[in-house]
Amino acid sequence: MSKTLFDKVWDSHVVHKIKDGPDVLFIDRHMVHEVTSPVAFLGLKNRGIKVLFPEKTFATADHNTPTVNQHLPVKDPLSANQLKALEENSNEHGISYWGLGHEKNGIVHVVGPEYGITQPGATIVCGDSHTSTHGAFGAIAFGIGTSEVEMVLSTQCIMQPKPKKMRININGNLNKGVTPKDVALFIISKLTTSGATGYFVEYSGSVFSNMSMEGRMTVCNLSIEMGARGGMIAPDEKTFEYIKGREFTPKNNDWTNAMKYWSTLKTDDDAIFDKEINFDGNEINPMITFGTNPGMGIGISKEIPNADSQDGGLQTFKKSLSYMDFNEGESMIGKNIDFVFLGSCTNGRIEDFREFTKIVKGKKKAPNVTAWLVPGSHKVEKAIEEEGLLKILNESGFELREPGCSACLAMNDDKVPAGKYAVSTSNRNFEGRQGPGSRTLLASPLVAAAAAITGKITDPRTLY
Amino acid sequence: MAYDKFNILKSSCVPLPIENIDTDQIIPARFLKATERKGFGDNLFRDWRFNTDNSPKKDFVLNDEKFNGQILVGGKNFGSGSSREHAAWAIYDYGFRCVISSFFADIFRNNCLNIGVLPVKVSAEFLDKIFKAVYDDPKIEVTVNLPDQKVLIPKLNLSESFDINSYKKENMLNGYDDIDYLMNIKDNIIKFSKNTPL
Repeated sequence: MSKTLFDKVWDSHVVHKIKDGPDVLFIDRHMVHEVTSPVAFLGLKNRGIKVLFPEKTFATADHNTPTVNQHLPVKDPLSANQLKALEENSNEHGISYWGLGHEKNGIVHVVGPEYGITQPGATIVCGDSHTSTHGAFGAIAFGIGTSEVEMVLSTQCIMQPKPKKMRININGNLNKGVTPKDVALFIISKLTTSGATGYFVEYSGSVFSNMSMEGRMTVCNLSIEMGARGGMIAPDEKTFEYIKGREFTPKNNDWTNAMKYWSTLKTDDDAIFDKEINFDGNEINPMITFGTNPGMGIGISKEIPNADSQDGGLQTFKKSLSYMDFNEGESMIGKNIDFVFLGSCTNGRIEDFREFTKIVKGKKKAPNVTAWLVPGSHKVEKAIEEEGLLKILNESGFELREPGCSACLAMNDDKVPAGKYAVSTSNRNFEGRQGPGSRTLLASPLVAAAAAITGKITDPRTLY
Repeated sequence: MAYDKFNILKSSCVPLPIENIDTDQIIPARFLKATERKGFGDNLFRDWRFNTDNSPKKDFVLNDEKFNGQILVGGKNFGSGSSREHAAWAIYDYGFRCVISSFFADIFRNNCLNIGVLPVKVSAEFLDKIFKAVYDDPKIEVTVNLPDQKVLIPKLNLSESFDINSYKKENMLNGYDDIDYLMNIKDNIIKFSKNTPL
């Protein structure tokens, strides 16, 4: 029978099928961080059991970590305690631990691919919804809850019903200034934040095959924002080229064998999806969000839509605009902003810093803007310096912080104050996401850079 | 961890007719720093429930004495966003045992099922009926009958069926635990692991 890419990977990992129940799915790679793992490790302790396959779990500290002075002890006692718990749990169970200060430290979804932990055809989970990022390599990757983290630690399996399958096809050429982030925000604005709930998505078409691996990661990362369990893209030469030679990728004969498996990882021509959606790449413009969920996005030169044209109910829409202190019909261009955040598992990779730098080069940061530039990992941080981007950024009045999740969820001190507007390259504009009362506008690194230079929402295409 | 058994729940409801309620609202990230599952109910809907000086916001439903009960009724797409199980823990810890909505986000729904909070998906029409019934009479009793897979408002003679797979239903009815299940097939899992391609 013809199979989709998703079927091939899922079906080959089913250990056991439960009648009118979930599949028992084997997990190849498990990433853990400090926030969603301690209660799972505590569960193991209470049961008196050990991690079954410690070599398949990788731990990094990212959600809670400061992005300045990482060489000093962490000030916040609760954060310090969580970081300590991760270190102790990792040591006790023999799990690789890349804590604060470790050269491989960084955001879990940035370091996984960087070190070749992420591979095509793998099942990858983490107690974090943006685990969908790893789908860029043709892996089945998705976020799980802490109870499931405990399942994976104890038995290397989770129990979930197989999701339905959706394919999103986008062909054509992307316009100037349109980045992978804009492609994702465009899709979510069309599907809404619940449009893909219950589905696993495959992205297909020339727009994705022409995209860099970093871009594919950005798109797959945001799959969860339309409700999908995850999103994936069939591996191709670009994928193999990216992973070859990385620390945890197979070598020599193992590579040859792995390539034999990986080359089978594509959707059969006559395979059937439960839903197929098509868009034209030429239709997409640089995007920005105006509301309090990632589905509330528009082309940057458009006006905020009227409530009656919106999914989500009148009351919810009005609550959202009132939180943002925006009105229906207003133009987004020219609105004043206070903060710019470049970073996160969505846009904290080297390509994102290249894009940002492209706009700010030779210009100065607007004096009214506080800019937080946070690399996704030490590896990204190093590349920023080595490629000469740091010098350009510094000359334009920007400083680089140390790696971590930072202002994406504001668990550390990087909090946007109440009532302030932040143009953020992260993934969520929920109420208070970047600090209590903060107002987030999601956008690409190019739009963020344009805002950082002008202090206003600005179409980046006018600046280069 | 084995959890409470769920059979038939009869309770008044707390209505929250807002759509796309994300887990950042249910429990903001700054309250995720614990290393034990304790006290999350205190911060349930923290920023909707309290002002910055920690005084209660009078117009929020959890601060309205009229409404209480073990059933939380939320608008469409409840629990979207972050995978934090802390959201389900906060709902449980506050005292809810069931969430009714016309649509749930996947991860949140799984998390609820894994800790013994029953997510009940009803039609948009029936959800509106529940909201109306609760606003008309905040003390009105709603029955969630898991064995029969039915939600009922006996006083108004209204009812609707809901879906749950039979494995999860058995778990909820008996307080069974997934890890116990998985540990019983551990030998199969180890055998399986030897033949995985990666």
